[in-house]
Amino acid sequence: MRGATHAKWAACAVAVALAATACGGGGSDGGGGESGIVSSSWGDPQNPLEPANTNEVQGGKVLDMIFRGLKRYDPKTGAAVNMVAEKIDTTDSQNFTVTLKDGWKFSNDEPVTAQSFVDAWNYGADVRNKQNNSPFFSDIVGYENLHPASGEPKTKTMSGLVVKDAKTFTVALKSKFSTWPETLGYQAFSPLPKAFFTDHAGWLSKPIGNGPYTVDSYTKGTAMNLRKWDGYTGEDKAQNGGVDLRVYTDNNTAYTDLISGNLDLVDDIPAQQLKNVANDLGDRYINQPALIIQTLTFPLYDPQWGKEGMEKVRRGISMAINRDEITKQIFRDTRTPAKDWTSPALGEDGGFNATLCGDACVFNPTEAKKLIQEAGGLPGGKMTLTSNVDTGSHRDWMDAVCNSVNNALGEGPVCTVNPVGTFADFRNQQSAFKLTGPFRSGWQADYPLIQNFLEPLYYTGASSNYGKFSNPEFDKLVDQANQESDTAKATATFQDAEKILAEQMPAIPLWYQNGSAGHSERISDVALNQFSVPVYNAIKVS
Amino acid sequence: MGRYVIRRLLQMIPVFIGSTFLIFFMVYALGDPVAALFGDKAPDPATAARIRKDLYLDQPLWKQYLHYMGQIFQGDFGTAFNGQPVTELMASAFPVTLRLTLVAIVIEVIVGITLGVISGLRRGRTVDTTVLVLTLVVISVPTFVTGYLLQFLFGVKWGWVRPTVSGEVAFGELILPGIVLALVSLAYVTRLSRTSIAENVKADYVRTAVAKGLPRRRVITRHLLRNSLIPVVTFIGTDIGALMGGAIVTERIFNIHGVGYQLYQGILRNNSPTVVGFVTILVIVFLLANLLVDLLYAVLDPRIRYA
Repeated sequence: MRGATHAKWAACAVAVALAATACGGGGSDGGGGESGIVSSSWGDPQNPLEPANTNEVQGGKVLDMIFRGLKRYDPKTGAAVNMVAEKIDTTDSQNFTVTLKDGWKFSNDEPVTAQSFVDAWNYGADVRNKQNNSPFFSDIVGYENLHPASGEPKTKTMSGLVVKDAKTFTVALKSKFSTWPETLGYQAFSPLPKAFFTDHAGWLSKPIGNGPYTVDSYTKGTAMNLRKWDGYTGEDKAQNGGVDLRVYTDNNTAYTDLISGNLDLVDDIPAQQLKNVANDLGDRYINQPALIIQTLTFPLYDPQWGKEGMEKVRRGISMAINRDEITKQIFRDTRTPAKDWTSPALGEDGGFNATLCGDACVFNPTEAKKLIQEAGGLPGGKMTLTSNVDTGSHRDWMDAVCNSVNNALGEGPVCTVNPVGTFADFRNQQSAFKLTGPFRSGWQADYPLIQNFLEPLYYTGASSNYGKFSNPEFDKLVDQANQESDTAKATATFQDAEKILAEQMPAIPLWYQNGSAGHSERISDVALNQFSVPVYNAIKVS
Repeated sequence: MGRYVIRRLLQMIPVFIGSTFLIFFMVYALGDPVAALFGDKAPDPATAARIRKDLYLDQPLWKQYLHYMGQIFQGDFGTAFNGQPVTELMASAFPVTLRLTLVAIVIEVIVGITLGVISGLRRGRTVDTTVLVLTLVVISVPTFVTGYLLQFLFGVKWGWVRPTVSGEVAFGELILPGIVLALVSLAYVTRLSRTSIAENVKADYVRTAVAKGLPRRRVITRHLLRNSLIPVVTFIGTDIGALMGGAIVTERIFNIHGVGYQLYQGILRNNSPTVVGFVTILVIVFLLANLLVDLLYAVLDPRIRYA
């Protein structure tokens, strides 16, 4: 009897101790605890985590959790809906008045005001801060003063931004840009708290935002633990207790962890595992379109490729590529054969049109051979495909495309592959305009707008127009579309411009890239948004 | 002895300068890293120019190198692109890899030498043949194969261990990666010590020791093993450096954020401060390990003297 009591006491003590340690490890919020936490794979962000300096998925993932801007893209439809903005008014598509909603604050209790936006945007545009996303502010009047092409800026603010009161500010753009408010869902336009400017290093080591999560701890290069912020007043509150992001050196390893139950969510299924994924995960595998397209751009600055009449050859090469076969065999349907120059994630209303490329995007080797021969054959009788080969199975698909072209032409191995070791090296060759054959160009849109798929890539002199395509008619249509205040009309005009691409074929649309993810049985309601980032706040933990 | 050490340390200086220059040159030859910072988008010229200026990339190569070396002697290894000082990266990466290396070396020494002694003493018998065949197999299978295989068997299929290493990097978690990392070197250690033991077992001093009636255990450990260890120690010494730098594959498989990971990231992103900084430290580790090996010779064999 006595012994039994002792045992009971010991058992109770152990239970209490266990409970205590569990609480200690489970984070500070009362609701979640370790059991309500989602663990997810992550990659080391390439740049310091600042809204205007983050232009890749891994950093964007965090920003999407800790920030809410004026607008946010609906994860399902891609439509830009108001978040912090009450309304954005304009009468001339050039001068905008932004009014903020009440009640928004940062997780350090500082209210989100008009000043929070204006300061953040001025910081992002200032060349002294070396922010990658500076050009996003270039439409605003006064950008040149803060971001001169050379020399020191004279001011610290853009004259186009004026704070009227705590809840209102006005924006003056350099020219008409009817869809400008729709671009404000991009994370570069996030507001910043005062702490960002007063203690920058401290902020970087533990970012403070106004989103549904707060950063609990951040070990650079290893992990970031985010917890649900109970003070969040927005409608999209976190449905889980928090998210633990773990940096994986290799997505194969992350996948192994998912399979063995150590990880809840992987948002990038490695190519080697795609053949097992249906078996391993069943309906816990997600494969859906994202705002990413891969194209093969021609160096039109090279007279051989750019001269009159070569559009026939370019169209012929496009017809010689068996997109269906390649996306099935190499990418296991995580890519969709492209039928225009945008992405299905835009939706039909947004400007996606599966008929735009027409015959030119349909595999037809006989017609391809005919077209190319009519126009005098490949320049110099051969062509070379160039891409970096450090990621993305680029080597495999380039080999496949070349095989496809060689088979269609039947003149022996006229198409060869030029593999470049690193992305950085490839980018250098590309931006120095040194390539003499078609090269890969991937494009991930910043916002779900057809404008973003066309203007930066094919407008004369545009920043990412690496083939130096130039067509006055195309430019005219883009300008027209930007001035058009009726969204449907603007989209239609953009599509008219796109038809010129179908004729001229400055870049061959290859395929749309899907987001692919897998998750454990513990969590549900997992979805990817148009940027192939998981919608973390909607995930439920059972 | 003292003069010898000083001479050796002085010899390290040209080796150090030469190797860092070569690495610097090679990373530089990979091209301008700034363009890649902007992803698929075109770099904004003004911003890119500023980043280049800050990273000293707008200067000729020799000036960059001098600037870099000047920084190093002040203890500043530059900044990685994510804004972290390289010294901070080192402080987090080297202890992790050091721990992994330690686990690997311990496994290598204990298992390798034991197997070597056993098979060396039984040359030509079944045990010896088995060990030889096994080591041959281990040497011929690449690390990533054994790594993924063991990870799958122990981590996924049987669930004995976690397939990856957590952020804390506890010693217990490092046993499996340690084995994977040690395996190839372990085979070499086994074969080296086997050959050495098999040769020395017929030596006069062993016969004398046996004739003196010393116990078998003492003959093996004090007389036979001590004299047979010189080639093994040479190998293990150079292996320390090789393991630290060569853990890239193992670290990737088991998600260990050590030197290999940082080097891999650095190379992928053309980040010269990271790559050159880490390799510089590895060069120093190599040089010191070599010095240590040379000094250990004298401990093992008192006939070896340094002047």
